[in-house]
Amino acid sequence: MSNLTDLTLAEGRDKLAKGEFTAVELTQAHIQAIEAKRNLNAFIVETPELALEEAKASDLRRRAGTNGAMDGLAIGIKDLFCTKGVQTTAASHILEGFKPPYESTVSGKLKAAGAISLGKLNLDEFAMGSSNQTSYFGAVENPWKRKSDPTAKLVPGGSSGGSAAAVAARMVMAATGTDTGGSIRQPAAFCGITGIKPTYGRCSRFGVVAFASSLDQAGPMARTVRDCAIMLGSMAGFDPNDSTSVNMAVPDFEAALTGDIRGLKIGIPKEYRPVGLSEEVAKVWEQGVEWLKAAGATPVEISLPHTKYALPTYYIIAPAECSSNLARYDGLRFGLRVPGKSLDEMYAKTRAAGFGAEVRRRILIGTYVLSAGYYDAYYAKAQKVRRLIADDFAKAFETVDVILTPTAPSAAFGQGEGSDDPVTMWLNDVFTIPTSMAGLPGLSLPAGLSSDGLPLGLQLIGRPFDEETVFKVAGVMETAANFTARPEGI
Amino acid sequence: MSLDKATVRNIANLARIEVRDEELDHLAGELSNIITFVEQLSEVNTDGVEPMTSVAAMTLPMRKDVVTDGGRHDAVMANAPEAEDGFFTVPKVVE
Amino acid sequence: MAYIIQGETGDWEIVIGLEVHAQVTSKSKLFSGASTEFGAEPNTQVSFVDAGFPGMLPVINEICVEQAVRTGLGLNARINLTSVFARKNYFYADLPQGYQISQFDKPIVGEGELVLDMPDGSTRTVGIERLHLEQDAGKSIHDMHPSKSFIDLNRSGVALMEVVSKPDLRSPEEAGLYLTKLRSILRYLGTCDGNMQEGSMRCDANVSVRPVGETGLRTRCEIKNVNSIRYVQQAIEFEARRHVDVYEAGGDIRQETRLFDSVKVETRSMRSKEQAHDYRYFPDPDLLPLVIEQGFVDGIKAGLPELPDAKKARFMAEYGLNAYDAGVLVAERISADFFETVAKGRDAKIACNWVMGDFFAAMNATGKTMENPPVSATDLGGLIDLIGDGTLSGRLAKDVFALMVETGKAPAALVEEKGLRQVTDTGAIEAAIDVVIKANPDKVQQVRDGKTTLLGWFTGQVMKATQGKANPAMVNEMLAKKVLGE
Ligand SMILES: [Mg+2]
Ligand SMILES: [Zn+2]
Repeated sequence: MSNLTDLTLAEGRDKLAKGEFTAVELTQAHIQAIEAKRNLNAFIVETPELALEEAKASDLRRRAGTNGAMDGLAIGIKDLFCTKGVQTTAASHILEGFKPPYESTVSGKLKAAGAISLGKLNLDEFAMGSSNQTSYFGAVENPWKRKSDPTAKLVPGGSSGGSAAAVAARMVMAATGTDTGGSIRQPAAFCGITGIKPTYGRCSRFGVVAFASSLDQAGPMARTVRDCAIMLGSMAGFDPNDSTSVNMAVPDFEAALTGDIRGLKIGIPKEYRPVGLSEEVAKVWEQGVEWLKAAGATPVEISLPHTKYALPTYYIIAPAECSSNLARYDGLRFGLRVPGKSLDEMYAKTRAAGFGAEVRRRILIGTYVLSAGYYDAYYAKAQKVRRLIADDFAKAFETVDVILTPTAPSAAFGQGEGSDDPVTMWLNDVFTIPTSMAGLPGLSLPAGLSSDGLPLGLQLIGRPFDEETVFKVAGVMETAANFTARPEGI
Repeated sequence: MSLDKATVRNIANLARIEVRDEELDHLAGELSNIITFVEQLSEVNTDGVEPMTSVAAMTLPMRKDVVTDGGRHDAVMANAPEAEDGFFTVPKVVE
Repeated sequence: MAYIIQGETGDWEIVIGLEVHAQVTSKSKLFSGASTEFGAEPNTQVSFVDAGFPGMLPVINEICVEQAVRTGLGLNARINLTSVFARKNYFYADLPQGYQISQFDKPIVGEGELVLDMPDGSTRTVGIERLHLEQDAGKSIHDMHPSKSFIDLNRSGVALMEVVSKPDLRSPEEAGLYLTKLRSILRYLGTCDGNMQEGSMRCDANVSVRPVGETGLRTRCEIKNVNSIRYVQQAIEFEARRHVDVYEAGGDIRQETRLFDSVKVETRSMRSKEQAHDYRYFPDPDLLPLVIEQGFVDGIKAGLPELPDAKKARFMAEYGLNAYDAGVLVAERISADFFETVAKGRDAKIACNWVMGDFFAAMNATGKTMENPPVSATDLGGLIDLIGDGTLSGRLAKDVFALMVETGKAPAALVEEKGLRQVTDTGAIEAAIDVVIKANPDKVQQVRDGKTTLLGWFTGQVMKATQGKANPAMVNEMLAKKVLGE
């Protein structure tokens, strides 16, 4: 019983099926783990009572033989997904106390599959950040420690930092994340877990607090490739409530894990070696290429010439969309209101008090690049460069089946380190943003440890709606990497 | 390009975010750095390139004209910071 | 003919462009499944999408697209097979998302035209700049509380078509005719009910003036949300005069949004709109480009009804009506249909006279409408038939018509019931004549002595004796014979 929190989703699913324990027992074990690890600040809201009720219902379903694909499995929900009757904040003061009268499609699908939510996970405010330090509800701590300085608190990455930390610390078996420019993949890499941002349009955005609508995608974060495949199967699918959701059948992602990648061509982009790339990261990347070669795949050098422009493109498009998406937080119908003598004063005071510095900064940049006289120079220009970035990938995928890159330029850094200059902080997403701009699926999995004992991740990028190949290659790499390290004390 | 304080004041006003005078200098500096950073895009030749609005290679799906929603006044108003007689209320607006 | 403002420095003309917001006839909203029904309790017809809740997304209503295309075709306009929804960003209490989803540089309908029916029977063509689809905002109510405005989101998200004219109108009267005609076309198409009181048709007027002979456009002011044709005309008249006065006093007009006060009959600057506008339009990333097939457009085109201009031309050609009568009859589809039912198989001119005359008079007098007319078209046709076959004289027919309005009964039944049938029996008429002749030998003599004008008096007496039912032509003929012995 003591190692119930060590189980993967696949193991938990199979053992629940065999009746080795109940969903209530599995849930209780995770509730205890959450209590024990409150210091990480991974959750904004814990919902143990709700979870136990759901677990009881799950056990009844199993007895009746009506259980779903994830029945009884303990997960966490990033607090960007609206959950009916349970506070949803996007980690912002402006939404504090907001209880949505509706459920997001993705969290609803997971519930329908029988998954049990233990609560709402911390994140960067409105998913804007790469270190989970912008949350109004406090920073999340990475469960991993530097060997050289075990007392330093490290960031879990962001924006899905609470999700990554909770999965790594065995507080939940898996969690939902969202990824706009790397917010699933980079924290997965920093916390030594696996996460996939599926193709844009694969998962519904309905009920997910919007950051940048043309980029936001939900995806699973778990401890194995198989678990991500299982969970994505329950999250994905056409939703008539989201006009950008694609009407396409959801494949059996788990079945794609054949272990056979012989003959596949693996693209290695030559532009992914920027100045400042950690040598250790470069080494793990080379190691990854060797593993795939050994399994019968062929590495091919490719060129993605517009890579260096992805970051500036992103920092025009994402703030522009966010400045508009966040206009609805005006203190009128929900959330925080700071009184004012006039309507405009109420707006300005509410939004100044309700949004944190990073969110305010991005709203202002977005407002600026869309404003009269600047639209063409910034927004329209960025949209054109975005097409060039997408075209680079399309061209590469004419010759390769999947692309292998590092996930992040470094391992997890310490809280408060390098956060003075926002542009420097943004460089964390240099490898993940191009994929987002092109809407492609990208998966990060742990591939090794730094000399200081921190996990390093590799990213696999696939063709649009070809998550299956990504999973297949990731499965092979996972076996080869045999990443068994875990945070100290977990 | 660097943003001056007047520009920052103007966009803050457009975005309805109160900015105190003493914040303006710092904010103008920060935003100018960001704008300088994104301006490297001007190096890219984009002649004849169609702007990309969405990566989804599809057109707009449509729904049937059926009343499927509404009639839930209480749920719509439940989170309102201020309401009266079934209306949301705000400081009086003079037109 | 031309509308001229006489100023102290000379003559001025007005340049007017109208932007009409017409509510699309649909059951549910443009991007949500909430009802569009008018008059519900506040905030009851609101989905979380309409209220701009976190994570809510728009999904377009296909009927609204169809209605926009139909209207575009009705305005002989170019239909754009690809159009794009954009966000128009601004903050206002009744705009829950903080932006209006509208169309900006790629509207669904491009240039078209609209023909004005001038009172003298001539026509004048006015250019249509574009038509686009957009969502309505909610409603702010400012007079329910001393220090608060109240917000009702029932209208939020209702589909609107914004029809923008070219600056082709030159007088308040033309503006009125434009609105009348546009309303007529929308109602024929069934794409908007045109009800200005309920706000389903609202008009913004862009007004500027210039000295006669000047060709460039001067600074315009936009008068927002005027909700009756008469008010639009009054607002334009006031605003144009104001511009002339300002220019002649050596001043300049500032481009601004103004409000029309229908009580004081004047326009004034809108305080809430004083802030500089910068709408920061950009393509809505929640919505993909709207692409429609040519076949879809063709299908709508094939199903279009006969529109007022075509119908008017046909009424003139087929029924021989003059431009004015035809124009009046085709203004509403229901009155045109009414007329055609009455005219079918009958003398069209007589039918037209009855509809334009007694029927419209009865409608005004009773306060009834075309939807619930004082007399049905079938009954009015029946009445005309009774005149044609001699059952009723023209005079009797008027009496029968009045009874039809009063009782709702069919004309034939009333003729039977009240015994109003015209007397054409020669014996009966002869008998009546004989009685009158016998009683008035002196007058008979006067006629025979040459005072033939007295014959009219005899006719009157005979009609009186037969309670007006005798056929007047027969009476005259027989009187002449008997009195004059012809
Ligand atoms: Mg307009
Ligand atoms: Zn409009």
